[in-house]
Amino acid sequence: MHESWQQFWAMGGYAGYVWSSYAIAAVVIVGNIVAPVIAHRQIARRIKNEEFDD
Amino acid sequence: MVETHYASTQFTIYLQRNGVGVLAKSAFMLWLHRFGSLPYFYRVSRPIALALAVPGVLLAAYGVYGGLVNAPVDYQQGDAFRILYIHVPSAWLSLFGYTSMAIAGAVALVWRLKLAEIFVVAAAPVGASFTFLALVTGSIWGKPMWGTWWVWDARLTSELILLFLYLGVIALHNAIESPRSAARACALLSVVGVINVPIIHFSVEWWNTLHQGPTVTRFGRPAMEMAMLWPLLCAALGFTLMFGWLTLWNMRVQLLRRERRSRWVKKVFSDA
Repeated sequence: MHESWQQFWAMGGYAGYVWSSYAIAAVVIVGNIVAPVIAHRQIARRIKNEEFDD
Repeated sequence: MVETHYASTQFTIYLQRNGVGVLAKSAFMLWLHRFGSLPYFYRVSRPIALALAVPGVLLAAYGVYGGLVNAPVDYQQGDAFRILYIHVPSAWLSLFGYTSMAIAGAVALVWRLKLAEIFVVAAAPVGASFTFLALVTGSIWGKPMWGTWWVWDARLTSELILLFLYLGVIALHNAIESPRSAARACALLSVVGVINVPIIHFSVEWWNTLHQGPTVTRFGRPAMEMAMLWPLLCAALGFTLMFGWLTLWNMRVQLLRRERRSRWVKKVFSDA
Protein backbone atom coordinates (compact mmCIF):
# COMPACT_ATOMS: atom_id res chain seq x y z
CA MET A 1 0.00 0.00 0.00
CA HIS A 2 1.13 3.50 -0.75
CA GLU A 3 0.48 6.54 1.39
CA SER A 4 -0.06 8.91 -1.55
CA TRP A 5 -0.04 8.98 -5.34
CA GLN A 6 3.29 10.72 -5.25
CA GLN A 7 4.70 7.81 -3.27
CA PHE A 8 3.06 5.37 -5.65
CA TRP A 9 4.85 6.88 -8.65
CA ALA A 10 8.13 7.02 -6.73
CA MET A 11 7.99 3.25 -6.04
CA GLY A 12 10.24 3.62 -2.98
CA GLY A 13 13.11 4.85 -5.12
CA TYR A 14 12.79 2.06 -7.68
CA ALA A 15 10.57 4.05 -10.07
CA GLY A 16 12.98 3.71 -13.01
CA TYR A 17 13.19 -0.06 -12.70
CA VAL A 18 9.50 -0.71 -12.03
CA TRP A 19 8.04 1.66 -14.61
CA SER A 20 10.48 0.76 -17.37
CA SER A 21 9.55 -2.91 -16.87
CA TYR A 22 5.86 -2.15 -17.23
CA ALA A 23 6.42 0.22 -20.16
CA ILE A 24 8.33 -2.44 -22.11
CA ALA A 25 5.61 -4.97 -21.26
CA ALA A 26 2.92 -2.60 -22.57
CA VAL A 27 4.78 -2.10 -25.85
CA VAL A 28 5.27 -5.86 -26.35
CA ILE A 29 1.63 -6.67 -25.57
CA VAL A 30 0.23 -3.91 -27.80
CA GLY A 31 2.54 -5.12 -30.59
CA ASN A 32 1.15 -8.64 -30.20
CA ILE A 33 -2.40 -7.30 -30.47
CA VAL A 34 -1.83 -5.01 -33.43
CA ALA A 35 0.44 -7.23 -35.58
CA PRO A 36 -2.09 -9.99 -36.40
CA VAL A 37 -4.86 -7.44 -37.02
CA ILE A 38 -2.71 -5.64 -39.61
CA ALA A 39 -1.56 -8.93 -41.15
CA HIS A 40 -5.14 -10.16 -41.34
CA ARG A 41 -6.25 -6.97 -43.04
CA GLN A 42 -3.42 -7.27 -45.57
CA ILE A 43 -4.06 -10.89 -46.52
CA ALA A 44 -7.83 -10.27 -46.67
CA ARG A 45 -7.29 -7.36 -49.08
CA ARG A 46 -5.04 -9.43 -51.30
CA ILE A 47 -7.58 -12.25 -51.41
CA LYS A 48 -10.37 -9.80 -52.23
CA ASN A 49 -8.27 -8.31 -55.03
CA GLU A 50 -7.94 -11.84 -56.41
CA GLU A 51 -4.15 -11.65 -56.35
CA PHE A 52 -3.90 -15.39 -55.83
CA ASP A 53 -6.07 -16.44 -58.77
CA ASP A 54 -4.23 -18.52 -61.31
CA MET B 1 -43.89 -43.27 -36.82
CA VAL B 2 -42.80 -46.81 -37.51
CA GLU B 3 -39.50 -45.52 -38.81
CA THR B 4 -38.85 -43.44 -35.71
CA HIS B 5 -39.58 -46.47 -33.62
CA TYR B 6 -37.25 -48.53 -35.77
CA ALA B 7 -34.52 -45.92 -35.42
CA SER B 8 -34.86 -45.69 -31.66
CA THR B 9 -34.75 -49.49 -31.39
CA GLN B 10 -31.62 -49.54 -33.51
CA PHE B 11 -30.17 -46.87 -31.29
CA THR B 12 -30.94 -48.91 -28.15
CA ILE B 13 -29.29 -51.96 -29.70
CA TYR B 14 -26.27 -49.83 -30.63
CA LEU B 15 -26.01 -48.61 -27.06
CA GLN B 16 -26.36 -52.12 -25.65
CA ARG B 17 -23.68 -53.44 -27.95
CA ASN B 18 -21.20 -50.61 -27.68
CA GLY B 19 -21.97 -48.84 -24.43
CA VAL B 20 -22.28 -45.14 -23.73
CA GLY B 21 -18.51 -44.71 -23.78
CA VAL B 22 -18.30 -45.49 -27.46
CA LEU B 23 -21.17 -43.13 -28.21
CA ALA B 24 -19.40 -40.35 -26.31
CA LYS B 25 -16.21 -41.15 -28.17
CA SER B 26 -17.86 -41.00 -31.57
CA ALA B 27 -19.60 -37.75 -30.62
CA PHE B 28 -16.20 -36.39 -29.63
CA MET B 29 -14.65 -37.58 -32.90
CA LEU B 30 -17.47 -35.93 -34.80
CA TRP B 31 -16.86 -32.69 -32.91
CA LEU B 32 -13.11 -32.99 -33.48
CA HIS B 33 -13.67 -33.60 -37.17
CA ARG B 34 -15.99 -30.64 -37.40
CA PHE B 35 -13.61 -28.40 -35.47
CA GLY B 36 -10.78 -29.63 -37.65
CA SER B 37 -12.70 -28.30 -40.64
CA LEU B 38 -10.91 -25.14 -41.68
CA PRO B 39 -13.91 -22.95 -42.71
CA TYR B 40 -15.64 -23.87 -39.46
CA PHE B 41 -12.53 -22.95 -37.47
CA TYR B 42 -12.15 -19.66 -39.33
CA ARG B 43 -15.74 -18.76 -38.54
CA VAL B 44 -15.83 -19.70 -34.84
CA SER B 45 -12.28 -18.63 -33.92
CA ARG B 46 -13.25 -14.98 -34.01
CA PRO B 47 -15.97 -15.10 -31.30
CA ILE B 48 -13.84 -17.55 -29.28
CA ALA B 49 -10.91 -15.12 -29.44
CA LEU B 50 -13.17 -12.34 -28.19
CA ALA B 51 -14.46 -14.56 -25.38
CA LEU B 52 -10.85 -15.10 -24.28
CA ALA B 53 -9.76 -11.48 -24.79
CA VAL B 54 -12.31 -9.79 -22.54
CA PRO B 55 -11.77 -11.83 -19.33
CA GLY B 56 -8.06 -12.12 -20.14
CA VAL B 57 -7.46 -8.37 -20.34
CA LEU B 58 -9.69 -7.68 -17.31
CA LEU B 59 -7.96 -10.30 -15.15
CA ALA B 60 -4.49 -9.20 -16.20
CA ALA B 61 -5.34 -5.55 -15.55
CA TYR B 62 -6.87 -6.41 -12.17
CA GLY B 63 -3.83 -8.48 -11.23
CA VAL B 64 -1.30 -5.86 -12.27
CA TYR B 65 -3.30 -3.11 -10.54
CA GLY B 66 -3.51 -5.22 -7.38
CA GLY B 67 0.22 -5.89 -7.52
CA LEU B 68 1.23 -2.30 -8.15
CA VAL B 69 -1.25 -0.55 -5.87
CA ASN B 70 -2.76 -2.84 -3.23
CA ALA B 71 -0.11 -5.44 -2.41
CA PRO B 72 1.93 -4.65 0.71
CA VAL B 73 5.53 -3.62 0.30
CA ASP B 74 8.12 -6.41 0.45
CA TYR B 75 10.14 -6.31 3.65
CA GLN B 76 13.39 -7.13 1.84
CA GLN B 77 13.02 -5.70 -1.65
CA GLY B 78 10.81 -2.67 -1.04
CA ASP B 79 8.71 -1.62 -4.03
CA ALA B 80 11.14 -3.18 -6.52
CA PHE B 81 9.40 -6.53 -5.95
CA ARG B 82 6.38 -5.17 -7.86
CA ILE B 83 8.20 -6.12 -11.08
CA LEU B 84 7.11 -9.63 -10.04
CA TYR B 85 3.59 -9.00 -11.38
CA ILE B 86 4.84 -8.68 -14.94
CA HIS B 87 7.90 -10.95 -14.65
CA VAL B 88 6.27 -14.10 -13.27
CA PRO B 89 3.20 -14.15 -15.57
CA SER B 90 5.54 -13.63 -18.56
CA ALA B 91 7.87 -16.41 -17.42
CA TRP B 92 4.89 -18.71 -16.79
CA LEU B 93 3.58 -18.00 -20.29
CA SER B 94 6.98 -18.69 -21.82
CA LEU B 95 6.82 -22.23 -20.41
CA PHE B 96 3.10 -22.74 -20.98
CA GLY B 97 3.35 -21.51 -24.55
CA TYR B 98 6.21 -23.79 -25.47
CA THR B 99 4.56 -26.80 -23.83
CA SER B 100 1.35 -26.16 -25.75
CA MET B 101 3.38 -25.88 -28.96
CA ALA B 102 5.07 -29.22 -28.24
CA ILE B 103 1.71 -30.91 -27.65
CA ALA B 104 0.28 -29.40 -30.85
CA GLY B 105 3.50 -30.38 -32.64
CA ALA B 106 3.10 -34.01 -31.56
CA VAL B 107 -0.53 -33.99 -32.71
CA ALA B 108 0.56 -32.47 -36.03
CA LEU B 109 3.24 -35.12 -36.55
CA VAL B 110 1.07 -38.11 -35.57
CA TRP B 111 -2.35 -37.21 -37.01
CA ARG B 112 -1.30 -34.62 -39.60
CA LEU B 113 -3.94 -32.24 -38.32
CA LYS B 114 -3.56 -28.99 -40.23
CA LEU B 115 -4.85 -26.83 -37.39
CA ALA B 116 -2.23 -28.30 -35.04
CA GLU B 117 0.48 -27.40 -37.57
CA ILE B 118 -0.88 -23.89 -37.77
CA PHE B 119 -1.05 -23.60 -33.97
CA VAL B 120 2.70 -24.31 -33.65
CA VAL B 121 3.57 -21.57 -36.12
CA ALA B 122 1.02 -19.11 -34.68
CA ALA B 123 1.98 -19.54 -31.02
CA ALA B 124 5.74 -19.08 -31.62
CA PRO B 125 5.85 -15.26 -31.93
CA VAL B 126 3.54 -14.81 -28.93
CA GLY B 127 5.64 -17.18 -26.83
CA ALA B 128 8.86 -15.57 -28.02
CA SER B 129 7.70 -12.10 -27.04
CA PHE B 130 6.67 -13.18 -23.54
CA THR B 131 9.98 -15.02 -23.11
CA PHE B 132 11.70 -11.81 -24.14
CA LEU B 133 9.60 -9.95 -21.55
CA ALA B 134 10.50 -12.44 -18.82
CA LEU B 135 14.20 -12.01 -19.60
CA VAL B 136 14.10 -8.20 -19.85
CA THR B 137 11.97 -7.61 -16.74
CA GLY B 138 14.13 -10.11 -14.85
CA SER B 139 17.22 -8.25 -15.93
CA ILE B 140 15.76 -4.91 -14.85
CA TRP B 141 14.79 -6.46 -11.52
CA GLY B 142 18.22 -8.05 -11.11
CA LYS B 143 20.12 -4.78 -11.36
CA PRO B 144 18.90 -3.22 -8.07
CA MET B 145 18.53 -6.56 -6.22
CA TRP B 146 21.55 -8.58 -7.33
CA GLY B 147 23.72 -5.70 -8.48
CA THR B 148 23.96 -7.01 -12.03
CA TRP B 149 21.84 -7.06 -15.19
CA TRP B 150 22.84 -10.60 -16.07
CA VAL B 151 24.56 -13.71 -14.74
CA TRP B 152 25.16 -16.94 -16.63
CA ASP B 153 23.40 -19.09 -14.08
CA ALA B 154 21.17 -22.09 -14.80
CA ARG B 155 17.79 -20.34 -14.68
CA LEU B 156 18.74 -17.34 -16.80
CA THR B 157 20.73 -19.35 -19.32
CA SER B 158 18.03 -22.00 -19.83
CA GLU B 159 15.39 -19.28 -20.26
CA LEU B 160 17.61 -17.61 -22.87
CA ILE B 161 17.86 -20.96 -24.69
CA LEU B 162 14.05 -21.08 -24.65
CA LEU B 163 13.99 -17.73 -26.44
CA PHE B 164 16.38 -19.15 -29.06
CA LEU B 165 14.13 -22.21 -29.48
CA TYR B 166 11.15 -19.94 -30.13
CA LEU B 167 13.18 -17.86 -32.58
CA GLY B 168 14.36 -21.11 -34.17
CA VAL B 169 10.77 -22.17 -34.85
CA ILE B 170 10.01 -18.77 -36.40
CA ALA B 171 13.19 -18.78 -38.50
CA LEU B 172 12.59 -22.35 -39.66
CA HIS B 173 9.07 -21.45 -40.75
CA ASN B 174 10.35 -18.47 -42.73
CA ALA B 175 13.22 -20.43 -44.27
CA ILE B 176 11.28 -23.32 -45.80
CA GLU B 177 9.25 -22.51 -48.89
CA SER B 178 6.70 -25.33 -48.88
CA PRO B 179 4.15 -24.55 -46.15
CA ARG B 180 3.58 -28.22 -45.38
CA SER B 181 7.26 -29.08 -44.88
CA ALA B 182 7.83 -25.84 -42.98
CA ALA B 183 5.01 -26.64 -40.57
CA ARG B 184 6.25 -30.20 -40.03
CA ALA B 185 9.81 -29.02 -39.37
CA CYS B 186 8.49 -26.50 -36.84
CA ALA B 187 6.38 -29.20 -35.18
CA LEU B 188 9.44 -31.43 -34.88
CA LEU B 189 11.60 -28.67 -33.40
CA SER B 190 8.93 -27.76 -30.85
CA VAL B 191 8.61 -31.42 -29.76
CA VAL B 192 12.37 -31.89 -29.41
CA GLY B 193 12.89 -28.54 -27.66
CA VAL B 194 10.32 -29.21 -24.94
CA ILE B 195 13.06 -31.00 -22.98
CA ASN B 196 14.20 -27.50 -22.01
CA VAL B 197 10.92 -26.75 -20.17
CA PRO B 198 11.47 -29.03 -17.12
CA ILE B 199 15.13 -27.99 -17.11
CA ILE B 200 14.05 -24.34 -16.72
CA HIS B 201 11.47 -25.19 -14.08
CA PHE B 202 13.78 -27.28 -11.90
CA SER B 203 16.98 -25.32 -12.62
CA VAL B 204 16.63 -23.40 -9.36
CA GLU B 205 16.54 -26.67 -7.41
CA TRP B 206 19.09 -28.71 -9.37
CA TRP B 207 21.75 -26.04 -9.49
CA ASN B 208 22.94 -23.35 -7.17
CA THR B 209 21.61 -20.24 -8.86
CA LEU B 210 21.29 -16.58 -8.04
CA HIS B 211 17.62 -16.78 -9.00
CA GLN B 212 15.28 -17.43 -6.10
CA GLY B 213 13.55 -20.77 -5.65
CA PRO B 214 9.91 -21.53 -6.39
CA THR B 215 7.36 -19.57 -4.38
CA VAL B 216 4.06 -20.36 -6.07
CA THR B 217 4.38 -24.03 -7.07
CA ARG B 218 5.52 -25.11 -3.63
CA PHE B 219 3.68 -27.39 -1.24
CA GLY B 220 3.24 -26.83 2.47
CA ARG B 221 4.00 -23.50 4.06
CA PRO B 222 2.91 -20.67 1.76
CA ALA B 223 5.96 -18.69 0.74
CA MET B 224 3.94 -15.60 -0.01
CA GLU B 225 1.32 -13.58 1.75
CA MET B 226 -2.18 -13.90 0.27
CA ALA B 227 -2.40 -10.15 -0.42
CA MET B 228 0.71 -10.54 -2.60
CA LEU B 229 -0.14 -13.92 -4.13
CA TRP B 230 -3.73 -13.26 -5.15
CA PRO B 231 -3.05 -10.51 -7.73
CA LEU B 232 -0.21 -12.63 -9.12
CA LEU B 233 -2.52 -15.59 -9.75
CA CYS B 234 -5.09 -13.28 -11.41
CA ALA B 235 -2.41 -11.78 -13.66
CA ALA B 236 -1.05 -15.20 -14.60
CA LEU B 237 -4.51 -16.51 -15.50
CA GLY B 238 -5.27 -13.32 -17.42
CA PHE B 239 -2.02 -13.64 -19.37
CA THR B 240 -2.84 -17.25 -20.19
CA LEU B 241 -6.23 -16.28 -21.62
CA MET B 242 -4.56 -13.48 -23.58
CA PHE B 243 -2.10 -16.00 -24.99
CA GLY B 244 -5.08 -17.98 -26.33
CA TRP B 245 -6.61 -14.85 -27.81
CA LEU B 246 -3.43 -13.64 -29.55
CA THR B 247 -2.54 -17.12 -30.79
CA LEU B 248 -6.03 -17.59 -32.26
CA TRP B 249 -5.65 -14.36 -34.23
CA ASN B 250 -2.24 -15.45 -35.50
CA MET B 251 -3.81 -18.80 -36.46
CA ARG B 252 -6.48 -17.01 -38.52
CA VAL B 253 -3.77 -15.14 -40.42
CA GLN B 254 -1.66 -18.27 -41.00
CA LEU B 255 -4.75 -20.17 -42.08
CA LEU B 256 -5.61 -17.56 -44.73
CA ARG B 257 -2.01 -17.49 -45.95
CA ARG B 258 -1.95 -21.25 -46.39
CA GLU B 259 -5.45 -21.63 -47.82
CA ARG B 260 -5.48 -18.45 -49.93
CA ARG B 261 -6.05 -20.38 -53.15
CA SER B 262 -8.78 -22.64 -51.80
CA ARG B 263 -12.39 -22.18 -52.75
CA TRP B 264 -13.77 -21.69 -49.23
CA VAL B 265 -11.42 -18.74 -48.59
CA LYS B 266 -12.47 -17.05 -51.82
CA LYS B 267 -16.09 -17.64 -50.89
CA VAL B 268 -15.65 -16.07 -47.45
CA PHE B 269 -14.24 -12.91 -49.00
CA SER B 270 -16.49 -12.70 -52.03
CA ASP B 271 -19.59 -12.50 -49.82
CA ALA B 272 -18.24 -9.68 -47.70
